[in-house]
Amino acid sequence: MHIIEAGNVAAAMGVKLAGVQVVAAYPITPQTPLTEKLSELVDSRQMDAQYIPVESEHSALSVCIAASSAGSRAFTATSANGLLYMNEQIHWAAGARLPIVMCVVNRGIGAPWTVWNDHQDAMSQRDTGWIQIYCCDHQQIIDTVIQAFAIAETVRAPVMVCYDGYILSHTYMPFDIPEQADVEKFLPAFTPDWALNPQCPANLNTVTLPEPRADVRGNTAPGYMEIRHNLHTDLRRTIDVIADTDAKFKDVFGRGGQPFIESYFCDDADHVVVCLGSLSYQMRDVIDELRKEGVSVGVYGLRLYRPFPDRAVAEALGGKNNVLVFEKALSYGYEGPLFSDIKAALYGTDNPPRIRNFILGLGGREIRTRDLYQAVKTACSENQNKPHDPDFIGLKM
Amino acid sequence: MSDEKNPKEQEKFACRTSHSEPGPGDGGRTGSWRVLRPVIDLDKCIPAKRNKAACFNCWLYCPDGVITKTIPPTIDYEYCKGCEICAEECPADAITMVEETLILMEEK
Amino acid sequence: MATKKTTILNLPEEEFVHPGNRACAGCGLSIVYKTGLKALGRDTILVVPPSCLTVLQGLYPIAATQLPCLNVTFASTAAAATGVLAAMRAQKRPNVQVAAWAGDGGTSDIGLQALSGACERGEDFIFICYDNEAYMNTGVQRSGTTPQHVLTTTTPFTGKHQRKKDVPAIIAAHGIDYVATASAAYPLDFYDKVVKAKSISGPKYIHVHTPCPAGWGFSPRYTVKIGRMAVETGLFDLYEREKGQMRLTGASEKMLGKKRKPVADYFATQNRFKGMDEEKIQALQAEVDEKWAAYEKIAQGVC
Repeated sequence: MHIIEAGNVAAAMGVKLAGVQVVAAYPITPQTPLTEKLSELVDSRQMDAQYIPVESEHSALSVCIAASSAGSRAFTATSANGLLYMNEQIHWAAGARLPIVMCVVNRGIGAPWTVWNDHQDAMSQRDTGWIQIYCCDHQQIIDTVIQAFAIAETVRAPVMVCYDGYILSHTYMPFDIPEQADVEKFLPAFTPDWALNPQCPANLNTVTLPEPRADVRGNTAPGYMEIRHNLHTDLRRTIDVIADTDAKFKDVFGRGGQPFIESYFCDDADHVVVCLGSLSYQMRDVIDELRKEGVSVGVYGLRLYRPFPDRAVAEALGGKNNVLVFEKALSYGYEGPLFSDIKAALYGTDNPPRIRNFILGLGGREIRTRDLYQAVKTACSENQNKPHDPDFIGLKM
Repeated sequence: MSDEKNPKEQEKFACRTSHSEPGPGDGGRTGSWRVLRPVIDLDKCIPAKRNKAACFNCWLYCPDGVITKTIPPTIDYEYCKGCEICAEECPADAITMVEETLILMEEK
Repeated sequence: MATKKTTILNLPEEEFVHPGNRACAGCGLSIVYKTGLKALGRDTILVVPPSCLTVLQGLYPIAATQLPCLNVTFASTAAAATGVLAAMRAQKRPNVQVAAWAGDGGTSDIGLQALSGACERGEDFIFICYDNEAYMNTGVQRSGTTPQHVLTTTTPFTGKHQRKKDVPAIIAAHGIDYVATASAAYPLDFYDKVVKAKSISGPKYIHVHTPCPAGWGFSPRYTVKIGRMAVETGLFDLYEREKGQMRLTGASEKMLGKKRKPVADYFATQNRFKGMDEEKIQALQAEVDEKWAAYEKIAQGVC
């Protein structure tokens, strides 16, 4: 069924369709309408779930961690400082191998206070052991929320579904709501192989020594480092799981096919732009314009950020003349975090492309399509390799 | 796309993290912590003397659950940490604390 | 109390805590924990933040506790208990008891916000705070419930200047149906309170005074004795607050109308009170006297 609704509603519909059993959330702009929609769905009994109106984001994720440990499908959502307030629990959820899904409605971080969009919040959680997927439109939001549970429960790792505050969360767009029966075919009920249970008591997340140690039967149990290494290798293998999940989703719903990087006129392009989230769709207008002028340029929208699909990235960018990375986040004192990752993925490849980094849109600074057009056009003609020192677009002072 | 392309091995995801199972002696044989050993004088011990269930203060207060609620009560020296609470709380002064070194010398 | 009081003879024998655990010799928490688990029974899920109890539980992959237990971050105890409850409701398993066990730091300081939230939401769980009156797991630093003038490693010379935070009163202010205090020195009183808490729906809070030989500076031999003295001097009182109605229980109830031991006797037993002088002792004695005068009035029906 096609409807026209806001991005936050698309996320809520995905949560409902995914059969989430426990929702815990604390309101924060611009995530709030998602929280309101979920409480509305639960309170009106359209959704059979426990809705816990917690007193903080830290508690929101704590509730999800415990509910997931006890074998229930759990969801939360937040933005910006709320995400940062969860930070300890974000690491915990990954270390405890819990398949929680969280929507991160991207917003800049204080100080100074900003309620507007950039990607600094999710970027700051890059190294927590969560899977991070970015959405470019409302259809991707609802589809990704459903897929996220399938991915999370296969690999036992939590997933952040990231989408841009206001630009996606509050704007209205048409999208298709999948049929419940189809979703159930795609995503069966959550049946974990372990959960808190008085019938077979286990003590979860106990203090773990640096070295392996014998268990009650005399078998060697891993130390902290092995447990963390498992998380890493499982996340690397998650890249395959995401491809499989995408293929399966396409079979049922007919959408998908580009789980890691969405290509727009990139195949034959000399120059490519790379960006995350809705910016890549805005960039499509620029590409259309420049193509009309005969510039051989395309845009890649990176969907999966962690685990980083480094081989797919290297394959996509190899042989290009210019790679232009546009980012709404900054590793202060260095460069854009996505830029660093892309450079690393290209390290050691034959004939690496020229590469440049553009930082824009911090704290909701307006990203004007004509500014993007100018920046891309100039960069394509300059043919400049600038692996250090990002350029800033839209600075007015 | 990843380093190890092995989608059929999904069941091998590590999944489990630090999940401990119940069992005795995580801290080892804690009897080795003991400097003084509680020894029950059965002539003074109330349930032993009366030969019926009574008192059991030692069992109630033993922090480590190593004293039995039996007639007479017994102490598991494998795990008794030698805290002396049983001796202090015994209303009949039936429990005395004996130097482990003396017992060891006697055993030799 | 209408229900029959538990005695040593009918207290269940089954132990839920394995020996050979890592708790210190003479640990007050060990007494509280083993007794509390007997009252909770097997159909229980525990939630535990970092504390001495984490040490007692043991190191991966062996646990001293025979009940399922979720170890959680310091600030999240009551929220995690909420999450377990939500999962039990979602899975239609209403008979599973959820009990949180936190230390005084994890309750009165870093865990208070989550606990307040859970109480306000009316979560159906038992929250047990074992109060050893400092951060003992990290080596005796002051907490919100460390009593006034006590020497800790962060109040090393002049003692803690501030008063002990009255956590049961704060929790009672949420209007929950059951708030009680207990002591490691009176395990049967504590046992009965946990059993009663199980029969009440909504949040239940039990605050247990828990002597710590290493942190308080006394021989492990005297753990029970010192816990008893805290009650007998009127410094720590055993009570229940059911639906807002407060009444003293057990040993504290028996002290009504009787002479109490001087608080100075209690202070003399522990190194942590070495910074006290006569003036401070008398001031605290006066506070205790005033508190008990109010109890006497309530008991006589004069309010």
